[in-house]
Amino acid sequence: MFGLEFPPINEILRWQDIFPSFNKIALIAVAATLISITLFLLAARRDPLVAPTGARNLAEVTIDFIEESIVMQTLGKSGLKWTPFLLSLFMFIFLCNIPGVIPIIQMPATARIAIPLALSLLVWVIYIGTGLKHQGLGYFGHLLWPPGVPVALKPLVGLIEFISTIIVTPFSLTVRLMANMLAGHILLVTFGLLTHALFTAETSQIFLVPMSILPFGMLVFLTAFEILVAFLQAYIFAILAAVYINNSTVGHAEDH
Amino acid sequence: MEAFSALIAQVEDPADAKNIAAASGAGFAYGLAAIGPGIGIGYLVGKSVEAMARQPEAAGMVRTTMFLGIAFTEALALIGFVVFILLKFA
Repeated sequence: MFGLEFPPINEILRWQDIFPSFNKIALIAVAATLISITLFLLAARRDPLVAPTGARNLAEVTIDFIEESIVMQTLGKSGLKWTPFLLSLFMFIFLCNIPGVIPIIQMPATARIAIPLALSLLVWVIYIGTGLKHQGLGYFGHLLWPPGVPVALKPLVGLIEFISTIIVTPFSLTVRLMANMLAGHILLVTFGLLTHALFTAETSQIFLVPMSILPFGMLVFLTAFEILVAFLQAYIFAILAAVYINNSTVGHAEDH
Repeated sequence: MEAFSALIAQVEDPADAKNIAAASGAGFAYGLAAIGPGIGIGYLVGKSVEAMARQPEAAGMVRTTMFLGIAFTEALALIGFVVFILLKFA
């Protein structure tokens, strides 16, 4: 119909095992872990009296960013103890996202649901645990009923709040990260295919072949856009985790 | 919609008819899911820019809140996208 065959979804998302039960996605996840551990170990080993260079500069900029734009904006000064958790969350997600635009690798590990789901279940356990630690069993009361709800409305409000905090929150965290990266990956595949199909088209209309510059330009633009999205999604995941943790520490959740 | 029913009626193979219905349904699902969040994000970012222009010293705080709002609004469009994938490929 369009003169080009879009590959089935499995072909662009499912990878051969490198060795049993270990494929490209797992490789990217392991690499992301190792890269961030190495970066911060290298940064930590430097003499603190010498002016920072290289790895330490990068690590300091990242930590500053996490502290100033995520922790201070949501948790406040008393939340600075959460910096290590949010930092590792941010670094891991960013390093899993960015392979989507790295040539040869070209696959964001977070475009498959396993990693986003595991991470948001981790955040889910942590914010419920924080709530129990800070408010005891009363946490579930605060979670279900905002202060000042009329008695007659309590069953309805409780049901809505239960669904939104316990079920919808981890679901939307997962889907937000996964669908963003999947959409970006499919867009890149689409424009790559269009460029290829136009460039190699066997047609009598000669002007069609140079027109492959148009989808190619879009491909370049989308690659730049995907770098922004990779960063933004890691930032949004970390900041939402901070918001949920903050809601658990101070009382009733206002957002969901 | 009538054009679609006419199109599907012309197809003889029931598997093809199912594919056509799934593909057009998927397209409608994503298109409809994108309307609301599109309006929402536009309104949200517009108001944020207005706030930042009026009070540049509060820009950092406004930007964080704006990203939070975008994240919540965008989730609806992304669920639409997931529905698209499920209808088209599942």
